[in-house]
Amino acid sequence: MRLHTGTRAATIVAATALLAAACSGGTSSSTTTDAATTAAAANEKVELTFWTWAPNMDKVVEGWNAAHPDIHVTVNKQDGGDPAVTKLLTAIKAGSGAPDIMQAEYQKIPTLVSADALADIKGDIDPGLAKQFPDGVWNAVTLGGDSVYAVPQDSGPMEFYYRTDVFDQLGLTVPTTWAEFADVAAKLHTADPTKYLGTFSAADAGWFTGLAQQAGASWWGIDGNAWSVSINDAATLKVADYWGGLVESGVIDNKPMYTPEWNAALNNGTQVGWLSAVWAPGVLAGNAADTAGKWKMAPMPQWDAAKPSTGNWGGSAVAVTSQSKHAKESAQFITWLNTDQKAVTSLVKEAGIYPANIPAQTEALASPPAFFSNQPDFYTLAGKIAQTAGSFTFGPNVNVAYSAYNDEFGKAAEAKSKAAFTAAVQSMQKITIEDLKTSGFSVK
Amino acid sequence: MLAPYGFLAPAAVLFAAFLALPIGYAAYLSLRTVKVSGLGLGKGSRREIWAGLDNYARSLSDPEFLGSVGRVGLYGLIVVPTMLGLALLFALLLDSRRTRGRNFSRVAIFLPYAVPAVISSLLWGFLYLPAVSPFYYVFQHAGWDVPTIMSSRLVVFAVANIAVWGGTGFNMVVIYTALKAIPTELYEAATIDGASELAIAWRIKIPIVMPALIMTFVFSMIATLQVFAEPVTLKPLTNTISSTWTPLMKVYRDAFTRDDLYSAAATSVVIAAATFILSFGFLRLVQNRAFSQEK
Repeated sequence: MRLHTGTRAATIVAATALLAAACSGGTSSSTTTDAATTAAAANEKVELTFWTWAPNMDKVVEGWNAAHPDIHVTVNKQDGGDPAVTKLLTAIKAGSGAPDIMQAEYQKIPTLVSADALADIKGDIDPGLAKQFPDGVWNAVTLGGDSVYAVPQDSGPMEFYYRTDVFDQLGLTVPTTWAEFADVAAKLHTADPTKYLGTFSAADAGWFTGLAQQAGASWWGIDGNAWSVSINDAATLKVADYWGGLVESGVIDNKPMYTPEWNAALNNGTQVGWLSAVWAPGVLAGNAADTAGKWKMAPMPQWDAAKPSTGNWGGSAVAVTSQSKHAKESAQFITWLNTDQKAVTSLVKEAGIYPANIPAQTEALASPPAFFSNQPDFYTLAGKIAQTAGSFTFGPNVNVAYSAYNDEFGKAAEAKSKAAFTAAVQSMQKITIEDLKTSGFSVK
Repeated sequence: MLAPYGFLAPAAVLFAAFLALPIGYAAYLSLRTVKVSGLGLGKGSRREIWAGLDNYARSLSDPEFLGSVGRVGLYGLIVVPTMLGLALLFALLLDSRRTRGRNFSRVAIFLPYAVPAVISSLLWGFLYLPAVSPFYYVFQHAGWDVPTIMSSRLVVFAVANIAVWGGTGFNMVVIYTALKAIPTELYEAATIDGASELAIAWRIKIPIVMPALIMTFVFSMIATLQVFAEPVTLKPLTNTISSTWTPLMKVYRDAFTRDDLYSAAATSVVIAAATFILSFGFLRLVQNRAFSQEK
């Protein structure tokens, strides 16, 4: 996990020496001093590869390549979070073939660290970086320890999206608590049985994780030298019981999201609401283009109105892999990508992400997303909501827990029974903890 | 003296490099496992060790695996007779002397086989979803209450239908080719003896193409045990297909979702052994009957 003390000391000494050499030599221009040091000293061009699935990332990276002739980054487009991780783990096992830089969703970081796929970049980044990100997000890239495994890129605080036209037409008010959400769902479905305020998606484990996080859950934890798993804690059971009730009574749909059926429902107004995250405008613009200007965003319904909170759905960080021979340059690049104002603004514009970096947010998020031009304060509101996200610790077998979610909640959603929903949570807990034990992890 | 070995060498090398070695490696992996120690976060906290037959024991006693075997059994009982029955029927109809538009029909029936399973599953997936399906649109407007085919009880038919649609054409061509090889003198003789078209089909054609039928049966059985692309493609559209819906899906989940190559290798070996035993067992059973003329 960490460099040996000797190696680390040597690295720091070497880095300092190079820095001094570069500064005194005056070979690099003022804007690229930090980036050009090592490469200039070694007097050769460094080639880095970057696996990412963010749209248009190559355009963002052009900005880096133009300013850093000595460190060239090549974007290698991936299909998505899951296939990219599978490919990376295979390359790590094979001993070669991994990129230098890798985009990784927050929930995948423990798995990747556990497979020794990521480099600890603590020594290669500015220690002040931690202050530039929300605590919960920074915690996800350090796993709560001393090492730093990635620099956060974007986050996905959850929000409630609804169709203003349908709400107005039926005289519905925007729910602020989960009790109100259930009432509105029932009123809507009674007024028009083809319409639903949302769906319970057994295909989206990250979505349910966000809902549980909002209720106060944190499914994994490190307790001394052992992992703890608490998927079946009171908060998660409360959430499962609540949704089981809604699905059982039929006022909430039970079909998965991201299907042709769901897209059609978003478009034709039978899905009137969507509990989603800050990146939802991009999805709505792509999947329900006909509904432009009809949606609005509001904070999540709350369990306790006095203590507003939200969960995260999605979001990723950028890491340096353990196979990279240029960890230092890679760390410089990922710091630039996620903290430099120009880079972050470009990420928002080209890739449509919600940046995790706090100082760069104000300028990058000056205007609302195009699909929500009817809500000028979209990002002001989103910023306030983002601050209410609780902390959530992911464990080394999120993949197992998520696939258990798909299977167990798939059965429960199909059964449309409240009891099946809480039983599904218990099965997830059992499968996840058994997997840790079988693999040999210390489990509390 | 060396010449025969020289001729054999290319085949032997290819066999070893692309079949025997990977199989051997899979068998080796199936006897290994990774043990993590502590939190599993440090370097060297993972060790690969011998597992003996543990992976096999876990695979064979896993209720999800047994469930997937049962599901595939039911799927096979639906697919194989339906597909081969239709293939034989179409082949006989095409071969019948009174059929018109033979070439067009043959190509039309064969065409679905040329559509990759992933594409056909996506197309059928759209047709299965009530909200976007033209079929359900018609049913609804006709006032019929047709159950959702991807509900938990019917989903196996939904998957089977795609396989039948895609596989019938191929099997028909195999059987039809065998029918074409039958000398026409046999039919003339039968007609002189007063046999009808139906009697010719039943008494002459089917017994003669029996080897082709057996071969298509064995191929279909193997394809059944390996069903993967159709349910995986339909999975995101429904709650009713789990990640271990078929044995190969379990192998895929273990290897790529759970990152446990070792269990996946053990399950693969079990599936391969089952395929081997079923195929050769069946061939041995019918050998004397079907291939007696060839000896």
